[in-house]
Amino acid sequence: MLNQYTKAFGYPPLTKILASFFGKFLGQEIDPLKNVLVTVGAYGALFTAFQALVDEGDEVIIIEPFFDCYEPMTLMAGGRPVFVSLKPCPTQDGELDSSSNWQLDPTELASKFTSRTKALILNTPNNPLGKVFSRAELELVASLCQQHDVVCITDEVYQWLVYDGYQHISIASLPGMWERTLTIGSAGKTFSVTGWKVGWVLGPDSLLKHLRTVHQNSVYHCPTQGQAAVAQSLEREQMLFGQPSSYFAQLPQAIQHNRDHMIRSLQSVGLRPVIPQGSYFLITDISDFKSKMPDLPGAADEPYDRRFVKWMIKNKGLVAIPVSVFYSVPHQKLFDHYIRFCFMKDESTLQAMDQKLQMWKDELRP
Amino acid sequence: MFLALGRLCTRGSRAKFLKTIYASEILGLSTSAKMSLKLKNAKRIEGLDKNVWIEFTKLAADPSVVNLGQGLPDISPPNYVKEELSKVAAIDSLNQYTRGFGHPSLVKALSCLYEKFYQNRIDPDKEILVTVGAYGSLFNAIQGLIDEGDEVIVIVPFYDCYEPMVRMAGATPVFIPLRSKPVDGKKWSSSDWTLDPQELASKFNSKTKAIILNTPHNPLGKVFTSSELQVIADLCIKYDALCISDEVYEWLVYTGNKHLKIATFPGMWERTVTIGSAGKTFSVTGWKLGWSIGPKHLIKHLQTVQQNSVYTCATPLQEALAQAFWIDIKRMDDPECYFNSLPKELEVKRDRMVRLLESVGLTPIVPDGGYFIIADVSLLDADLSDMKDSSEPYDYKFVKWMTKNKKLSAIPVSAFCNAETKSQFEKFVRFCFIKKDSTLDAAEAIIKAWKRQAS
Repeated sequence: MLNQYTKAFGYPPLTKILASFFGKFLGQEIDPLKNVLVTVGAYGALFTAFQALVDEGDEVIIIEPFFDCYEPMTLMAGGRPVFVSLKPCPTQDGELDSSSNWQLDPTELASKFTSRTKALILNTPNNPLGKVFSRAELELVASLCQQHDVVCITDEVYQWLVYDGYQHISIASLPGMWERTLTIGSAGKTFSVTGWKVGWVLGPDSLLKHLRTVHQNSVYHCPTQGQAAVAQSLEREQMLFGQPSSYFAQLPQAIQHNRDHMIRSLQSVGLRPVIPQGSYFLITDISDFKSKMPDLPGAADEPYDRRFVKWMIKNKGLVAIPVSVFYSVPHQKLFDHYIRFCFMKDESTLQAMDQKLQMWKDELRP
Repeated sequence: MFLALGRLCTRGSRAKFLKTIYASEILGLSTSAKMSLKLKNAKRIEGLDKNVWIEFTKLAADPSVVNLGQGLPDISPPNYVKEELSKVAAIDSLNQYTRGFGHPSLVKALSCLYEKFYQNRIDPDKEILVTVGAYGSLFNAIQGLIDEGDEVIVIVPFYDCYEPMVRMAGATPVFIPLRSKPVDGKKWSSSDWTLDPQELASKFNSKTKAIILNTPHNPLGKVFTSSELQVIADLCIKYDALCISDEVYEWLVYTGNKHLKIATFPGMWERTVTIGSAGKTFSVTGWKLGWSIGPKHLIKHLQTVQQNSVYTCATPLQEALAQAFWIDIKRMDDPECYFNSLPKELEVKRDRMVRLLESVGLTPIVPDGGYFIIADVSLLDADLSDMKDSSEPYDYKFVKWMTKNKKLSAIPVSAFCNAETKSQFEKFVRFCFIKKDSTLDAAEAIIKAWKRQAS
């Protein structure tokens, strides 16, 4: 019967294990029927949350750089996105920038909240920057959300990919936040099976009931088998948690090696990577290239990073994503000197990258 | 100012302190009143929270109940379909994201299959979208094409999601019931239920954006004929309206009937989105894969909704489905082809259900297609006295009584009606017959016992 419909709001063994597993991290008694909704990927969870809660004219605070779907999803719900940027503090000469160095200005953040603010969307660990928000930073966001009675939608898909001893903290576990937070997770990112499209939302019944209404009027059910397999995998991980054989221990270890390899390799051609604390992306500063080769082919208003990426694909055989796509239109010109690389790749891909970078380096020699 | 306040207070009380200063005093509202205003739902879902399935599947969940309610098969899907899925799981790349609008091998297979029925070639990339079940296609079509203030014609009875989906898009559903001709001396058939052409024409006006068509029809089992489809097509063309055609049961058509695609009628391709379902095609409802087929100028809007809602569907399921399609596409004239063998298997079950329902004084309407059969239960005059205080329609009370007292579940047909038309259909109850023989045997035993009690 795993080939047939399951319960609309989630295959029971999956909602059960999600409730018990995450209950511990969120410090909350989680009811599998009232506090858990299974969705078509975290993407589907985001969509369901926006459609359920954001109304025409509501404001949604989006922290830049942002995973690109947050803006169109806000607009589709008739909402008005209000952007606030993470900004890098100046680094010492010769020192590599780190995602922890990119911060929100508390006064600026507070000024973005108005009586029309319905929600704030938080992404930690952050895509594309790799920033892992600290407890103090989360407390800042939390106090503003409580003060202004705002819903916090927190996208935590990369929660297990955290390096250098940093800790992922769920804002829903902070005092006063459970009742106003929707915590989104992803099996695709948790178990490296992005093609399964199994995601979930955890939150209070008072909010989840509205997401259930959207869910039952949009997709209604999620595929059964993917959910069954994820349930079994989470049950296994719950037993192994904290042990060396836990996938949640092994994966970040393995991917940290990739991260460090990529950081060393990129530096060899004058790219300046920003060390990510988490996720499987890093961004790289290309300002030196911008000053040396300012006039790359492209449309009149096209931000530099997009022109650079096209040039790099064509001439150096390497693909990256221009970071300005993760910024609101008015801010794209300010952040047009970064490109994003993904290091969730196998050894042969990283070696192929090294070969391309070697060729590039050779061409740079006078 | 904010930072200064922060340092003055202890962590725990900071938020409370700020809330007191900025919230209640300035706005003059108590904080709890303000709280309930802000965390409420968006207007688009107001009043759409009820769902008939949630209530009735709970009722039928008792394992001692023979469940002929919800439309899910308890027969096995074909072996080759299940095998394709298990093969796919072992391939690494097929566990990662695929193309958002549809996995390439699947859209290619769908294009190849459906080109046999349409006069034109179907562009797999621009004229097909793979969705999360046919349900997802309905959602994408309605969200992508229907606007606030539009009217959408819905034929009653209707698959229950059409009404809330239309309302969620801010549009107004306009209902038209199927009406039955009197039947003398022959079995009551789904073909006896028709739309009055003048009544239908009166529902179209300049605000009509679309009509939702469902053929074969759930719950009635009606297979719309060529002349019936022509009436609808003529009106769509006259009023420049769209047709959203839900054809999930397209293969389940019984002897003497033929499934026709309204999109193949002159002038209709450019204004029709045709929806299909893997769940219904291969008896795998849990795979939740469906598709929309139509002209690129319509499909592109469904694709826009897709990229802002789910983005992509599950890869392993799409690949397995593609492979299963190729197996059956190669043998479309063969009786072994599932598209031929399933309707044959179901026709036998349909006929058995008809006899069973008649034997206990229920009056079934013989469906020409689909896997549901509805029956008039009023002549049974069941003693529903312990439910008399309920304001629910007769069929809701009957189903609850039958589930509780006879251990047989079904779905009340008024669940497929809007408020105004519920009374027209409250004598009818829907049974699902895509069930294995042992389930139908159990239903037969209950019905025989019931008949003995009654006589």
